[in-house]
Amino acid sequence: MLGDFRVVFLGVNYLDIVSSLVTSFTHWSPDLLCCCCRNMAAHLSYGRVNLNILREAARKELREFLDKCAGSKAIVWDEYLTGPFGLIAQYSLLKEHEVEKMFTLKSGRLPSADVKNIIFFVRPRLELMDIIAENVFSEDKMHSPRDFHILFVPRRSMLCEQRLKEQGVLASFINIDEYILDLIPYDGDLLSMEYESAFRECYLENDQTSLYHTAKGLMTLQALYGTIPQIYGKGDCARHVANMMLRMKREFAGSQNQILPVFDTLLLLDRNVDLLTPLATQLTYEGLIDEIYGITNGYVKLPPEKFAQKKQGEASKDLPTEPKKMPLNSAEELYAEIRDKNFNAVGAALSKKAKIISAAFEERHNAKTVGEIKQFVSQLPHMQAARSSLANHTSIAELIKDITTSEAFFDNLTVEQEFMTGVDTDKVNTYIEDCVAQKDPLIKILRLVSMQSVCNNGLKQKVLDYYKREILQTYGYEHILTLNNLEKAGLLKLQSSTRNNYPTIRKTLKLWMEDANEQNPNDISYVYSGYAPLSVRLAQVLARPGWRSIEEVLKMLPGPHFEERQQLPAGLHKKRQQGENRTTLVFFLGGVSYAEIAALRFLSQMEDSGMEYIIATTKLLNGTTWIKSLMDRPESQSS
Amino acid sequence: MAFITANWNPLGEAFYRKTELYEMCWNLKDGLRDSLVAAAPYGGPIALLREPLRRSPSSRPQLEIYSASGVSIASFPWKSGPVVQLGWTVSDELLCIQEDGSVLIYDLFGSFKRHFSMGQEVMHSQVLEAKVFHSPYGTGVAIVTASSRFTLATNIDDLKLRRLPEVPGLQGKPTSWVVLSQDRQTKVLMSNGPELYILDNTSCTAVVPPGLSPQAGSIAHMSVSFSYKYLALFTDTGHMWTGLSHLQEKLSEVDTKKTTPPKQMVWCRRPRSQQPSVVLMWDRLLMVVGASQDTIQFKQLTPQVLIDRLVYRQFYPLAIEVCRYLKIPDYQGVSRVLKHWASCKVQQKDLSDEAIARAVCVKVGDSPGVSYSDIAAKAYECGRTELAIKLLDSEARSGEQVPLLLKMKRSQLALSKAVESGDTDLVYTVVTYLKNEMNRGDFFMTLRNQPVALSLYRQFCKLQEQETLKDLYNQDDDHQELANYYVTASYREKRLDSRLSLLQSAVDEYNKAKNEFSAKATEEEMRLLRIQRKLDERKGAGLLGLSLQATMEALLALGLHKQAEQLYRDFRVPDKRFWWLKLKSLAEKEEWEELEKFSRSKKSPIGYLAFVEICMKSNNKHEAKKYVSKVTPEQRVKAHLAVGDLEGAADAAIERKSDSELAAVLARCPASDRQLLDRLNRAAATAAKK
Repeated sequence: MLGDFRVVFLGVNYLDIVSSLVTSFTHWSPDLLCCCCRNMAAHLSYGRVNLNILREAARKELREFLDKCAGSKAIVWDEYLTGPFGLIAQYSLLKEHEVEKMFTLKSGRLPSADVKNIIFFVRPRLELMDIIAENVFSEDKMHSPRDFHILFVPRRSMLCEQRLKEQGVLASFINIDEYILDLIPYDGDLLSMEYESAFRECYLENDQTSLYHTAKGLMTLQALYGTIPQIYGKGDCARHVANMMLRMKREFAGSQNQILPVFDTLLLLDRNVDLLTPLATQLTYEGLIDEIYGITNGYVKLPPEKFAQKKQGEASKDLPTEPKKMPLNSAEELYAEIRDKNFNAVGAALSKKAKIISAAFEERHNAKTVGEIKQFVSQLPHMQAARSSLANHTSIAELIKDITTSEAFFDNLTVEQEFMTGVDTDKVNTYIEDCVAQKDPLIKILRLVSMQSVCNNGLKQKVLDYYKREILQTYGYEHILTLNNLEKAGLLKLQSSTRNNYPTIRKTLKLWMEDANEQNPNDISYVYSGYAPLSVRLAQVLARPGWRSIEEVLKMLPGPHFEERQQLPAGLHKKRQQGENRTTLVFFLGGVSYAEIAALRFLSQMEDSGMEYIIATTKLLNGTTWIKSLMDRPESQSS
Repeated sequence: MAFITANWNPLGEAFYRKTELYEMCWNLKDGLRDSLVAAAPYGGPIALLREPLRRSPSSRPQLEIYSASGVSIASFPWKSGPVVQLGWTVSDELLCIQEDGSVLIYDLFGSFKRHFSMGQEVMHSQVLEAKVFHSPYGTGVAIVTASSRFTLATNIDDLKLRRLPEVPGLQGKPTSWVVLSQDRQTKVLMSNGPELYILDNTSCTAVVPPGLSPQAGSIAHMSVSFSYKYLALFTDTGHMWTGLSHLQEKLSEVDTKKTTPPKQMVWCRRPRSQQPSVVLMWDRLLMVVGASQDTIQFKQLTPQVLIDRLVYRQFYPLAIEVCRYLKIPDYQGVSRVLKHWASCKVQQKDLSDEAIARAVCVKVGDSPGVSYSDIAAKAYECGRTELAIKLLDSEARSGEQVPLLLKMKRSQLALSKAVESGDTDLVYTVVTYLKNEMNRGDFFMTLRNQPVALSLYRQFCKLQEQETLKDLYNQDDDHQELANYYVTASYREKRLDSRLSLLQSAVDEYNKAKNEFSAKATEEEMRLLRIQRKLDERKGAGLLGLSLQATMEALLALGLHKQAEQLYRDFRVPDKRFWWLKLKSLAEKEEWEELEKFSRSKKSPIGYLAFVEICMKSNNKHEAKKYVSKVTPEQRVKAHLAVGDLEGAADAAIERKSDSELAAVLARCPASDRQLLDRLNRAAATAAKK
């Protein structure tokens, strides 16, 4: 019944081999180079669609704005934006345009800086406007007259400007502009808006701001990559976005896009069509890194102990205390190779890599002539980078292994897989009960209970109430708000009279594969060691044989499904070469997990699929960050 | 055929010839003497203001506008203040810069359009000189005042005034100055006696033109080329220096042997050589000086500019013909013409709203890039609200309709259009507007009919106006949300009594919402708070605000077992959870005897492996072993392993013939213990065969 998630016995040996190999290398050269720092964005242009075009467009616009504010500048940052901005422009670009100082937006007085311009980079939020107003007010006007500017990201807002006006500071700003940064390229095939609250706003608050930005972002994308001729969608939000896109296209009927379409199809998927997938623990390498340490804006922070550099002949220095921050993207060759593998296949991959690198270094003994030595030396930087990359990922894999081999992890996974296969989903689960009694993190409990509810198409009143009482009594009654939210979002549900249709969905879409192969996968179910993400199955079926084959199931899932066509100007119809793949942009409204991305990448690589996928989303998420975004924690005043 | 060189005249070593393109058909009695003159670039219109400084009210100066060929377009007496400078914008609008710093804008037919001011400072000290200049950002105006300060606006359509830094030693106006647009910045280059300065937004820098002879003297006149690339300087000793305007390269220097500064000095291009040259004009002398071998490409007169020219002169059919002939994309061509035509059409007073709306819709249709809301705004400006609304109906972009609808006080319609656009910021804007405009009741009713707007307003209230939020829920009889609201509010309350009363309100609302579970849970919460208060008062336990579980935990830690058990019964805590709690608490306090007693109090609902493990957690193997025998068969291997009893674990695993359990024991078995290894391997082999 359980998948082949046999971390306990597999992997260990490989990892040990790799570790020993890596240690044996360390005397060779102490300077470890990071292979991913050279060209920060090269990896964006490797893919089927050159996403660097989007990044370049964004950079150009940024430069233009900075030049509008002549003279030296200081940027005051809405802290949330620094991460996403880092993917568009490094400090060097800002520096070239006379940005001399950077501050974090906070109330009170601005730090002194001998600059001509103060530029606020902010999201259009009222609470931030109040802080800006405070900053402007407390500016010493006599001493150093500085010009103020605001750059709204991703869009300027009349509401915010009105607020600044009410506060009496609107006139202090020389430039008020917007920086339309909807879709940020995260990797060669991945775009995210990093709009944290999108799911919550759509499903709890009936606020569709994020969808408007999505539609706008898709219009920008089409302006750069051509009109997407076919649009498919499933879910209410998908329908709404498609409607807005079609409307926007009509509104700009005149400016006909003359670019040959890069994308053949757009697939819009509501997160609430597939509530199950993000709840399950991701079992790919990248997915596990995210589950355990959290990836934010393409970086992960890791416990430093494993990464202390021991140099030969030196006494081990004090261990670093700062977390080690590492970029994670396909610019790093090794990471690109292993990120989407099931973790159980990572050990073997690392071991193989270690042997290749080892062999490459051994070549030095064969280098006899000056030419050969020269050739060898010229390859050294690349080899050293590869070796350092291997060392890093071996360390990370060891950290993860410690967790995946723990009993707690195994027990949790067992229960998840029971739920997904439909075992005892209608009763109170002992493991969950025990976890509550042990006061395990609340989010873990909420993830499991939600999963059980989703896999049972709702829980019986008695079961649901029991769980809810357990949670309130153990973690505090204030969580009644969170529970209400989860019910509103459909994650917790009272079973209605209609019968549980999850088994039908599971069977029709083959959501559970008994024989998932983790090492050499032949199906997307490898990403969860047995469970095939529903969302990705929908994409897969759409490509072949088409949604008509699963009408029944589509009707069981929430929201409408639809197809729209966008007219292309004559002459832009692609003449497809035989065997040429089609490209689909899959847009997850409300978030996507790394395992789902891995599954789509797997489909892109399948030789006979004929389809390549580019992935876009409102937010990169996992079960924990997702549930967190739906929680309400009233601040208690009593102590 | 005439002799080919007949009309060529010698000029030094070269020859020239004059060709008359057309005759100026104006009739200027006094010539251009004592007049301000401004000619728009590329053969645009010419404006003329005679005796601009004549201040007597009885004889006002006359402002005249001519076409490039001298055909009079408009003429009217100047009734406003004294004018310092005339100039034309890139879109053929006439700028009249007055002494008091106000700038009046007219179209080329002489109708007043708008005005703006060059700043407060000018009010006190007059404008001495002004210049109109063109840059990629549009048309700009620069002035220098009697207090010797420069102020400039780079684009008059997006007015941002910049007061430039003070120039050391400058009194009154400078000897000469020009505006430069380079490196995306607008600067002023000025001379004051022997000094030459560059002024930008932040600094005033003294500069020296490279290679200018030391004996050349002070700069008396300067001129910059249309592209801002070249600069010509004329000194009081008659030297003329030409070079690149960023002052890093000299092109030439010529001694003109004329010490009076020229009346005019301009850059031009000689027809044959394409060479940039400077033309200097004195009263009776014209001099052309070549600058370099370099060529300047003037490509400013694009087809767009040409079409604009036609449009400003209202030659619409001709403009459309030109667009079609040049195959200019509709968006930039025909549509622009139609837009302009329609804006003009809506001002026709002799036609009915109906007729105009029909005419506009028929002609414009759905031409790309023509904004009906812009046309409507024009109609509204002319006081034709009804026409504006009719025109707005044809606007496809609902978002675009909103600002005008608000301006015209059609707020309900504005709200539905905003909702339609999907732009939430726009919805917020209308909602804020409505909120200020309507009384509360009407406002709420309006929102009720617009669920999207209502949800957005709720979001706004959540962050900004909690009280209003309550009113909204009340109005909608949304008891569930109202109850949640009270729960949230209760946590903001410091005093327990107020907190309890808010929770009571929550209970009432949950009941009304038929949410029995939440009502009961909230009642439970109130009960717990009261008990906590009592215990805090009596025992000083510091419990208030803890969860039920944490309360019991704290009580057990304090040794208040009776009170903890009371809670366990009162709140119907499941046995399992309570057993876990007590087990952990006893182990933590190392009360091993109590623990053993507890284990025997009844059959453990959590089994006995938990007892083994908790003892081992406290490193008490002795106590742990007591419970191994009580563990169920399924957990026996685990229990033996937990206490480090490999033999026992092996026995249990072999007895149960479970390959996974055998493997688990094997994994823990040291390689040295050959005997045990063999036993396990044999058993594993047998288990595998089955």
